[in-house]
Amino acid sequence: MRLPFSAMLGIFLTGAFVFMAVFAQFLAPYPIDAAVGGVWEDPSATHWLGTDTIGRDIFSRLIYGGQITIFVALASSLLAFSTGAFFGFMAAVKGGWVDQVMSRIVDLVMAIPSLIVALVILSVLPLNLTVLIFVIGLLDSTRVFRLSRAVAMDIAVMDYVEAAKLRGEKQTWIIFREILPNALSPLVAEFGLRFIFAVLFISTLSFLGLGIQPPLADWGGMVKENKDGLIYGKAAALMPALAIASLAISVNLVADWILSRTTSLKGGRGA
Amino acid sequence: MHPILKLVVQRIALGLALLLAVSLVIFLGTEALPGDTAQAILGQSATPEALANLREKLGLNLPAHERYLNWLWAALHGDLGVALTNGVDIAQSIGQRLGNTLFLASCAAVISVPLAIGLGLVAARYNGRWPDKLISGITLTTISLPEFVAAYFVIYLLTQVFPLFQPVAMVFPGMGFWEKLQAVALPVIVLVMVVLAHMMRMTRAAILNVMQSAYIETAELKGLSPMQVIWRHALPNSIAPILSVVILNLAYLVVGVVVVEVVFSYNALGQYLVDHVTKRDLPVVQAVGLIFAGVYIALNILADVISIVANPRLRHPK
Repeated sequence: MRLPFSAMLGIFLTGAFVFMAVFAQFLAPYPIDAAVGGVWEDPSATHWLGTDTIGRDIFSRLIYGGQITIFVALASSLLAFSTGAFFGFMAAVKGGWVDQVMSRIVDLVMAIPSLIVALVILSVLPLNLTVLIFVIGLLDSTRVFRLSRAVAMDIAVMDYVEAAKLRGEKQTWIIFREILPNALSPLVAEFGLRFIFAVLFISTLSFLGLGIQPPLADWGGMVKENKDGLIYGKAAALMPALAIASLAISVNLVADWILSRTTSLKGGRGA
Repeated sequence: MHPILKLVVQRIALGLALLLAVSLVIFLGTEALPGDTAQAILGQSATPEALANLREKLGLNLPAHERYLNWLWAALHGDLGVALTNGVDIAQSIGQRLGNTLFLASCAAVISVPLAIGLGLVAARYNGRWPDKLISGITLTTISLPEFVAAYFVIYLLTQVFPLFQPVAMVFPGMGFWEKLQAVALPVIVLVMVVLAHMMRMTRAAILNVMQSAYIETAELKGLSPMQVIWRHALPNSIAPILSVVILNLAYLVVGVVVVEVVFSYNALGQYLVDHVTKRDLPVVQAVGLIFAGVYIALNILADVISIVANPRLRHPK
């Protein structure tokens, strides 16, 4: 099957971002937190994107920042998926009051904007990576819960699930061996969207000063640090914002492509 | 009772129950988590006696459900307590700021709603041709940007490349209406960008959905121009989904303003919330969180009620 150009571009850019994140320590020309030049130097051969408000190399910080942004987003979307999908499948398989209780809790959390919930929670909890990953992951898991519950509802009435139940298989077998493999393709596309949500969420929190704390740096925090540079007309201050935007758009392109493939697959089956 | 009235009443009752549950979540969510308010006020070096005195004074010794009920009862009477950090009455601090937030959000709404519907109509009219592709392409890009990223692109473009505006938005109580409008121009542009895409796409989808119907074909066959077909036949029939998505996006503005206010140092409710989250000032966070959640839920209920009322099948029961 031929890969459309947008998907190719998305996969290439996403791959490049992941590569930079994984090998940040080898790729970044300067350490993350050292003043290595003057204040607000223009881009040059020694500092590709110039230096920031206290003379740190913007390009190096961008690479390290990507590492943290992608790590937090990946960890929280994995958390969102494991909890959301597990409880979603369970709600669909068990039904009855288990489904009711879980669905109402999810309704309640989703009735308030995620950012407001996060702000309220973060006013009490300490700001560290673990807390951030859990807050973002659990808030995000409500959407995964709804999707996987809906998908599993469709699968739970299939003949092969009925057959497994009649065979006397346990609930865990039905969830992991019957439902999960068949629910995988819509969930994979959703993973991309949840990952973007996590990237934007952690960036927004850091931008508000409530996410990743210094000396660590992430893209959202870098936008905040560099915002004065923008007023002095330094375009380099836009780079972290540009990085967030291009990561979000490239993952979106990949997810769109996966989504269009899985729906055409379903159409082919006549389902 | 008329069935439609019954549905609406049901929906509003459900919304009020939801709001009550949300207030419980906000209160318990902050109270049940580790952290001691008295310690937060007095600092780590406080003596045990001072801590005990302050707990007594703040009513922290009461059981959680009693404190919740006291808090809720006071909040319903407009008493939101005092801020821990500076002892100022919260309701008073909120008043002016809430006005500023609503001013910003309504400016954005007044511009974005007609613009989104207009662009949606044009995109539906030229479905699959270049105007549609252009509009869809641009909105797809803006939909995947977070508010603050969009904000900095707009700031760079409109204060540096084309120096038309100031990068901060200050409003004072004494300012005239026009001055205020000028001051909020940039934040409003950003908010419009953020909510426009979704509204426009839903409008386009709703119109295209109706365009499949037989009566549209009839209208085309009797010789109406494509724009007339859309204006006279497709739009009135797709108004329910459009209205409901418009209001849902206005609810989304409630969140958008928080970030945009911080970007432009705009002195309003969102900025106030973020500041006090940083200072860990619980009473303020609870009060403002409740207001934001309340507005969000209210707009959601409004969207539901409108789609109930606009649905002819429910309006004329058999």
